[in-house]
Amino acid sequence: MSYFAFLAEHGTTLLLGTVTTIKVLVCSMILYVIISMIFGLMRLSKNPIIQGIATVYIEFFRGTSLLVQLFWVYYVLPFFGISLEAFVAGVVALGLNFGAYGAEIVRGGILAVPKGQWEAAHALNFSPAKRIKRIIIPQIFPIILPPAANLTVELLKATALVALVTVVDLTFEAKQINSITWLSAQCFGTALLIYYIMARLALVPFLRWLEVLAARKVGRGKA
Amino acid sequence: MEMGFRWDFAYEILPDMLLATLNTIIAAGVGYAIALVVGLFFLLGQRTPSKIINGINREIVEFIRSTPLLIQLFFVYFVLPQFGIKLSAWVCGMITIGLHFGTYLSEVYRGALEGVSKTQWEACRALNFSTAYTYRKIVLPQAFPIAIPGMGNYLVGIFKDTPLLSTIGVAELFHAATAVGGYNYRYLEPYTMVGIIFLILSVPAAMWVRKLERTVNVAQGKIKQ
Repeated sequence: MSYFAFLAEHGTTLLLGTVTTIKVLVCSMILYVIISMIFGLMRLSKNPIIQGIATVYIEFFRGTSLLVQLFWVYYVLPFFGISLEAFVAGVVALGLNFGAYGAEIVRGGILAVPKGQWEAAHALNFSPAKRIKRIIIPQIFPIILPPAANLTVELLKATALVALVTVVDLTFEAKQINSITWLSAQCFGTALLIYYIMARLALVPFLRWLEVLAARKVGRGKA
Repeated sequence: MEMGFRWDFAYEILPDMLLATLNTIIAAGVGYAIALVVGLFFLLGQRTPSKIINGINREIVEFIRSTPLLIQLFFVYFVLPQFGIKLSAWVCGMITIGLHFGTYLSEVYRGALEGVSKTQWEACRALNFSTAYTYRKIVLPQAFPIAIPGMGNYLVGIFKDTPLLSTIGVAELFHAATAVGGYNYRYLEPYTMVGIIFLILSVPAAMWVRKLERTVNVAQGKIKQ
């Protein structure tokens, strides 16, 4: 069977799987960004309990394997009466895992904001909340976006794992087609290509655009 | 079915799990060793005089880096036999991990080489040292400490990605847990134990890498003690 005949027969299935992969990516991306922000700030808290909670969370999720966490959420949580749908379990596990890595990036970003900015905000009598929201957070974006972009590409790659808890994404479809047709080179090759195109031609340009936007907002970079 | 964590069951499967942990450590070690060497080749491929070879090398690295390890595993495991190359799951897994993380390590090496100040090269030229001598005696001894933290991070990274090998049937820790869980129809204890074993091994390793990173930074004068 020629490659075009293969695409004609299985292309739609793979594309449908790609749509699910994109859904998983977008949902877990939103979740991980929120979690990173919260735990990144908590990690810098002066309250030892809040800081402790954040540290334990971050060390735990960075210390264990994503696949283990994913299986734990999907297969073990039902033992405690929490049954999540495969899609939700996948998004939750991805969000929690990448949130831990993201929190460290946020923490580094906040620490990298020059001290003078904190002092100036203090001198102007801004409340702590306003200081974080209006002065510090806008300035961390140009700092954290480049490492966050790398992390997001890693997230796209990691979404492939949700196939193992029966989410019907691109990887799942490729495996399925492989087990029916045994055209392994075609189906896994196509899946690899689709992931590559998603990363290089969609995700990375989008993140670069965000970086330029963030740099422009704080008056760096070209207008 | 009994709810809650059953300690007797956990104790019963512990020897099996520990034995499988050994396999995980071996897999991570061998995969890492291959990745270290593959990384060198990718590094050399980036620094050839030919722009075309450098470009091709760049694209290969980018391709491997931006596609999931899981599908790469499937690709190697299912496609190679179609070309008459029959390899065991272990070999396939080691090759794939070596290739995948080799691309990351080549970036670590590159960053380390670029971290050596340009004036060092100029000084060596002024002293009429040969390129080989410059690399061996001046550049590499300075680049190596810069590369150590990155190299350590990927050792931990590989260790945490070894559970993926279970998908092609490598009998490592996660595979053992799934097998035991399926046999007894209890996943709570095996998967929890896998998580704990990973924590016990990788958190100290990650802390050690961070300490190493600090030592290197202090030695280079980037941060004060």
